[in-house]
Amino acid sequence: MSEPREHGATAASSLSASTPAAPSLSKPAGSGARGAMGETLLEVRGLQKHFPLTQGIVFKRTIGHVRAVDGVDLTLRRGETVGLVGESGCGKSTVSKLIVALERPTAGSILYKGKDVARMGGRALKEYRREVQIIFQDPYASLNPRMTVGDIVAEGWAVHADAAPRKGRLKRTQELLDRVGLNPDYVNRYPHQFSGGQRQRIGIARALALQPEVIVCDEPVSALDVSVQAQVVNLLEDLQDEFGLSYLFIAHDLSVVRHISDRVAVMYLGSIVEEGTDEQVYASPSHPYTQALLSSVPLHEPHLRGQKDRILLQGDVPSPADPPSGCRFRTRCWKAQDVCAQEAPALVDRGQGHPSACHFAEARMVVPVDVE
Amino acid sequence: MTNLDLTKPTAELAAQGTPLLEVDDLRVEFRTRSGVVNAVNGISYSLGAGETLAILGESGSGKSVSAQAIMGILETPPAVISGGGIWFQGRNVLEMSAEDQRTIRGPGISMIFQDALSSLNPVYSVGFQIGEMFRAHRGLSKKAARAKAVELMDRVRIPAAARRVDDYPHQFSGGMRQRVMIAMAIALDPRILIADEPTTALDVTVQAQVMDLLKDLQQETGMGLILITHDLGVVNEVADNVAVMYAGEIVERGTVDDVFGRPSHPYTEGLMSSVPQVEAKGGRLRPIAGQPPNLARIPSGCPFHPRCARRRLGAEAAPGRDCATDVPPLRLVVPGREAACHYSEEVLGVRAP
Repeated sequence: MSEPREHGATAASSLSASTPAAPSLSKPAGSGARGAMGETLLEVRGLQKHFPLTQGIVFKRTIGHVRAVDGVDLTLRRGETVGLVGESGCGKSTVSKLIVALERPTAGSILYKGKDVARMGGRALKEYRREVQIIFQDPYASLNPRMTVGDIVAEGWAVHADAAPRKGRLKRTQELLDRVGLNPDYVNRYPHQFSGGQRQRIGIARALALQPEVIVCDEPVSALDVSVQAQVVNLLEDLQDEFGLSYLFIAHDLSVVRHISDRVAVMYLGSIVEEGTDEQVYASPSHPYTQALLSSVPLHEPHLRGQKDRILLQGDVPSPADPPSGCRFRTRCWKAQDVCAQEAPALVDRGQGHPSACHFAEARMVVPVDVE
Repeated sequence: MTNLDLTKPTAELAAQGTPLLEVDDLRVEFRTRSGVVNAVNGISYSLGAGETLAILGESGSGKSVSAQAIMGILETPPAVISGGGIWFQGRNVLEMSAEDQRTIRGPGISMIFQDALSSLNPVYSVGFQIGEMFRAHRGLSKKAARAKAVELMDRVRIPAAARRVDDYPHQFSGGMRQRVMIAMAIALDPRILIADEPTTALDVTVQAQVMDLLKDLQQETGMGLILITHDLGVVNEVADNVAVMYAGEIVERGTVDDVFGRPSHPYTEGLMSSVPQVEAKGGRLRPIAGQPPNLARIPSGCPFHPRCARRRLGAEAAPGRDCATDVPPLRLVVPGREAACHYSEEVLGVRAP
């Protein structure tokens, strides 16, 4: 366990260096000490989470399962951002909770640097939880209203004492606040004294305090106004460059996900239907659901209005307690045939250059290319 | 464009005949124990039949409060309409008796809200709630009102309406609940429908369905639609004209094509470059610095000046156009376009792609 401690110390020194004189602040130092870019950090294989549906008050009988996550594969490499998009109820937030070990998977595995998180215990799990941090959607509910901002940011150090030397923690806290764009003199203020965007910055500072390798961002900008949203997106990008962070960026806003992500996975009813680089998924989507989703996004440039294919989906997402047989999307799909009800399509490359979970995958451009 | 009257809002020029609704220098303030919050500071606009006007703004810009004032559903106190007029088909609503105002709500102006679940009563069936419009305003019997409710649910494309009319709000999905609310709102064929963030709580595929429905209903009935939203994409796809609000004021107004294509106010310009595009990965976002102002302490001069990259202060400013001290009026910049900025011509000329 000496290695992580040492790593913690180097990163600590790099963080404390807000003066340009300190060499350890530069990007290569951060990523170099941590290993090669592109190395696989997180590998999720066949991940499932089924929540029991119970009936009865005293004697609870299980009458079924909500298949919130039903077979998800994901890979996150060092220094990259993987976007996970989907509509409400598709299971994307459950994925984030599983990855930060707030929930235990029903089946499947999460490998972090080759080790199965489910088999970790004690110190290994503690170390994992330090290295994989999370930022939540709701900046109002995710900060304790009775704690000062300084205490919120420093709280992680109570558990992970080796992440920051006991002396100088106040100074570190202030440096962290400064780094996320807050006034360092605000350490003694309470969350209610901040606006939504500022609170989200506090949440980011709290995650950074433990020098994580991976940050799971669960809808980090959805609750923010557009002008503030852009500030936070830029901050996340800067921090990634500076500290060599890897992000799993979960959101329902397709534009934000495209902007920030290197690779994108589209989720529908508990499983991933399409995956690829941002260009592959957005410019040549091959799964009908991805196409419908993209075609529904309103464009804000007047000269592009009316230039895209409109695909209006019929009906609602089926209940994850009783998902359709075969392909999950077949009940709303215009391409559905008999085979779709019998056989669940695997997420494999079907000649489009990127994986798509559709028997009849076919690239189709739905979003006009901006030629301005 | 010949008889251009600058005291009248731009939208009127586009609309044919008398406008359905004219809002003139409307002011709303909240008188709270800790001081006065100026939520709406003198906004004017008009709406014609069949026209869609989008009111675009971020949280706290006063866009919802102005709509509630028109609808007559402001919570008073603390909210007080401290000035201005709201003219519905030539009559000032603010000078009407409460009883007369009530007759306008429903057949004249009706409204749908963001959160359909909390806007519907959980202990009554949706059919009963839709039918209430007919019972209260038209004196229909329960049975006739229920039949009308089924008809309306069909019109807003709720599948199997006859079977679902006795279901309760919690039995519907978010998109279907929003349709129920739209059904209630259009029950009495209103002249004007105010939609306050109608799709913000909905997923994008459902949002597309609901916006399509609103457009179709508007085409059928010719009603005027006021769309209150913070979503630039929705404005672009649905609205004819747009009024951009900031700190309780309209800072820019014109057709959507003009305003979004070539903004003439730095705030609009900032919004456009803050939003990532789905059609391209794009470069680094250029956000607006700082935070929206506290409406209890609106900055002097131009309310946007502390966040504005183009502000000119002191010696830099042209005489009488110091952004920190001189309030820029909403003025005509080019035909069909108004903006409240001392330096709109500059903004208009140099929008980076």
